[in-house]
Amino acid sequence: MNAVHAVVSATDALDVAAIRRDFPVLERTVRGLPLSYLDNAASSQRPRAVIDAISHYYENSHANVHRGVHTLSQEATDLFEGAREKVRRFINAKSTQEIIFVRGTTEAINLVAQSYGRPTLGPGDEILVSRLEHHANIVPWQMLCQQTGATLKVAPITRAGEVDFDAFSALLSPRTKLVALAHVSNALGTVIPVHRFITAARARGVPVLLDGAQAVPHMKVDVQALDCDFYAFSGHKMCGPTGIGVLYGRESLLTAMPPWQGGGDMILAVSFEKTVYNALPYKFEAGTPDIAGAIGLGAAIDYLEALGMERIAAAELALLAYANEQLATVPGLRFVGTAPGKAAVVSFTIDGVHPHDLGTILDHEGVAIRTGHHCAMPVMEFFGLPATARASFAFYNTRAEIDRLVAALHTAREMLG
Amino acid sequence: MDLKDLYRDVIVDHNRHPRNFREIPDADRRADGFNPLCGDKLTVFVKLDGDRIGDVSFSGSGCAISIASASLLTESVKGKTIAEAEGLFAQMHQLLTRDDVDIEVSSLGKLGALSGVREFPARVKCASLCWHTLDAALHQQEQVSTE
Repeated sequence: MNAVHAVVSATDALDVAAIRRDFPVLERTVRGLPLSYLDNAASSQRPRAVIDAISHYYENSHANVHRGVHTLSQEATDLFEGAREKVRRFINAKSTQEIIFVRGTTEAINLVAQSYGRPTLGPGDEILVSRLEHHANIVPWQMLCQQTGATLKVAPITRAGEVDFDAFSALLSPRTKLVALAHVSNALGTVIPVHRFITAARARGVPVLLDGAQAVPHMKVDVQALDCDFYAFSGHKMCGPTGIGVLYGRESLLTAMPPWQGGGDMILAVSFEKTVYNALPYKFEAGTPDIAGAIGLGAAIDYLEALGMERIAAAELALLAYANEQLATVPGLRFVGTAPGKAAVVSFTIDGVHPHDLGTILDHEGVAIRTGHHCAMPVMEFFGLPATARASFAFYNTRAEIDRLVAALHTAREMLG
Repeated sequence: MDLKDLYRDVIVDHNRHPRNFREIPDADRRADGFNPLCGDKLTVFVKLDGDRIGDVSFSGSGCAISIASASLLTESVKGKTIAEAEGLFAQMHQLLTRDDVDIEVSSLGKLGALSGVREFPARVKCASLCWHTLDAALHQQEQVSTE
């Protein structure tokens, strides 16, 4: 189980050919052509080790967790809590009490909005986000503002797709009660230099939530080094299952927060006179959790750690550099988002060819990319675009796949341009 | 399914050179259509002549399928009665979504060029957006969304 078949060579580079054999889906064809899966920012693929960990759990150890005294329940609990410890170590949290399993980044942010924000915010208070946020880091705050009378403030971005730090600082005020920022932009790939932003906010005593959905799969994340208060991410973008994600929260904040949802598992004692809530992290995990999802996420972490997050980052940045170079040769191609610090995401348009048509034409060439607004309509509006095409790379992608992307773009231009 | 079945010459031509791509300032009816999935936004303008569509045009932005479909729509409904236009809408709806109904494609004229779209389920809304928008305009609704 959870063996990593890909051999890491003596040099510091990854053996991509071996890695690709770990991912069953990469062997399939699309419309008779090999699949080039370049939509990793939407969702990555899973290695056999993750699929096997889930199957093995269901075939051997499934029962409900934290409940029974029987063998299967104990095994399931050990596997589930073992996964929590893997997550803790992966992001270097102090304690597993700070690791809450949720459905994904979206649910993690909603949890903070409703459990941290709703009891503490009121009219006149402000929540500060940036213009490049994913809708998941906008809408929960808008809902919170409607509920509490607080106001949402938006830090502007530059033409390169960076959050304007000076403008952000200027928007920090005694009214600011929470900062919520992407760590990496999903639409543009910009890596936000979050240290500066966190330092500025915390100097004013403002807690910071980071949306790490696009960061955790691609770089080493250390929540203690970041010194953020909340960190949210999803399993399915980091080779883990869908339906599982993590909210990291600073223990002192989580302790003070009321439960979000009520039910089983989040209580110690229930009577109609008085219910006593469970301790962290269970206080925030009402109902039977996604046990298999957590176990699968743990297996994904094992897989990524065996490859090494530094090696993964290096391999992906090399792909990004190659993609930038090759895409620049396509006539009429415009890059959207040109910050110097980027994750392996390239957003672009091609003159005369709508992104949606690009998506269809590329699919016919076996190349899967995302086209649309990337759940970041305010970013699209800023650039005056209805949509972009977005290629996003993972460590299992190759230069040959980027060559296929470029060739397919030439085909699209000939057909429609 | 070949890409050329989707992007037929007629479609490519109407995308490059959309017909009736203009506003009608004194339109009797107009409606906005929006496809949130890909960001297509169209406005359809209708100038009535009794119960006939005396003039029809559109503006907006979108993918090749949505622009070409809107362009073809304007050519095909101009001069038709409202009832005839609604009949065409029903036929187009079947053409785009039903593979169990035999549509006499030749009876649709150039609109038949859109028959390849139904093999691309993700693109059906692109082709039907303008028809829903026209329908909304004729029924004096201001907005329509494909979601």
